[in-house]
Amino acid sequence: MMSTNMTTKKPTSSTPASVLKNLGEVRAMIKRHKLNDYLFSLIGLLALSLALLTLMTLFMDLVIDGYQRFNLDFFSNFPSRRAGSAGLLSAWVGSALVMLVTFIVAVPMGVAAGLYLEEYAPKNWFSDLIEINVTNLAGVPSIVYGLLALGLFVYILGLGQSILTAGLTLGLLILPIVIVSTRESIRAIPTAIREAAYAVGATKWQVVYDHVLKYSYGGILTGVIIGMARALGETAPIITIGALTFIAFLPPSPVSDVAPFINFEWLSSGFTVLPIQMFNWLSRPDHAFHINAAATGAIIILLTLLMNGTAIYLRYKIRKNIKW
Amino acid sequence: MINPTTPIKAESRDLNFFYNGGNHALKSVNMPLYENKITALIGPSGCGKSTFLRCFNRMHDLYPGNKYQGQIVMHPDNTNILEHGVDPIEVRMRISMVFQKPNPFPKSIYENVAYGLRVRGESNKRQLDDKVEEALKGAALWNEVKDRLQDLAFNLSGGQQQRLCIARALATDPEIMLFDEPTSALDPIATANIEELMSELKQKLTILVVTHNMQQAARVSDYTAYMYLGELMEYDDTNTIFTRPSRKETEDYITGKFG
Repeated sequence: MMSTNMTTKKPTSSTPASVLKNLGEVRAMIKRHKLNDYLFSLIGLLALSLALLTLMTLFMDLVIDGYQRFNLDFFSNFPSRRAGSAGLLSAWVGSALVMLVTFIVAVPMGVAAGLYLEEYAPKNWFSDLIEINVTNLAGVPSIVYGLLALGLFVYILGLGQSILTAGLTLGLLILPIVIVSTRESIRAIPTAIREAAYAVGATKWQVVYDHVLKYSYGGILTGVIIGMARALGETAPIITIGALTFIAFLPPSPVSDVAPFINFEWLSSGFTVLPIQMFNWLSRPDHAFHINAAATGAIIILLTLLMNGTAIYLRYKIRKNIKW
Repeated sequence: MINPTTPIKAESRDLNFFYNGGNHALKSVNMPLYENKITALIGPSGCGKSTFLRCFNRMHDLYPGNKYQGQIVMHPDNTNILEHGVDPIEVRMRISMVFQKPNPFPKSIYENVAYGLRVRGESNKRQLDDKVEEALKGAALWNEVKDRLQDLAFNLSGGQQQRLCIARALATDPEIMLFDEPTSALDPIATANIEELMSELKQKLTILVVTHNMQQAARVSDYTAYMYLGELMEYDDTNTIFTRPSRKETEDYITGKFG
């Protein structure tokens, strides 16, 4: 169409033929380049849909296999020898308590470490070394953390195969994620904002507390939630420290009706978590238990998606008021 | 000519400055700032104007490896603000700064202005309200924002944001205000507003302004310093600099033959 347009317009005396020829070449070139745009977006879309399709297939497969177990009994029953009446109660309570410890361990430590590295630590070869190591820690296989925890927490510190041990282990596991996301969110704050705060006479801590933390907590929170979502699904380190696979009791409640209303006995209790419960059911020969495993898998994926979705939403909501 | 009886608010004595890595950015600069006057720093990019300005609130201390030599003495107390024993925070409490690009905090208009006071430990609501209002009036912004003090500062226009930054710098009653090319990111009308504001502010305090805009220096300042390659080439009252500069280099720069 473009070329017919061109030929219908008679070259006037003021536009020499060479200009029109040139223009034709430029247009052909633009067309070629645009083809690359189109091609790439096609490849990208293909890759994306492949990834999404895989996830959806996996999820749907689990849902189809396990949907008959999606009822309240499944969440309020202990595991049982009969697949039909076996439930997740001890597993989800265990997961929740372990996550609580993980959160309490990883967040203050990770945020403080990230803040220190970014705001206080002198920039030299030593801080570079620490930075490389922190990034490396994020890539260490989780079973190695399990071995470390078995040696350190279970044997040396004598914490036993408890909720506390599991929480500490997963806390260590996601620590690098929290540190890296803290540093990245802090780095996103422009120098001009920092200088503005210093220029009115703020101390370093005032700058950190009033500005750096306030403007970066959206990003930090995102990192924390993504780390927690990873911890929720971790199986290997929990098995390594010797979590039980069949538990028909709940840990003592963290809150009680007599003063001081909270107790810490639950920390030293034995426990199981969702992925271990799933693993346990999966390793049974009886097919009926596989249905339970599928249902558990679907629930873990759903929880992970939910957590990541919350992270994205919170980041959007918090970033809305900050423009730079 | 500069009247020798004009009171001096601060002066740099034999000031040398070295950036991390050794770049000798200021070379033996001797320059007084006269009280309740506007002093403009002009010169081509990289001549050290901003470096010089940022010595006055010790901004260079934020980055490791920078080194000062010489003195900047503030009057009437004769404090050398570059001395090791003098905390840069103390200096910044006396000398405030307005930056090149408006840089309000992502907080409300009110909190932006109040921040300097909060840093000084002021928490009395009435006191804060009064100070914020006074500073916003001083920055000629009060009428435009008085009904939306709790709005985010980012919702203001560029010129309003810059006046907000001036209010923030003003709220703490500084003795000297530093302006680092305060209008280079603004349109002509906003620029005129800021210039007018500076002329009013000098009733109360002393101003040092870096500018790339020769007309601005001519319009707004009482004294003008021409810097080149880290040296102070010429310093005189603005009228003299722009009509009968004593050095050929200055004349070439202000007439646009160079730079």
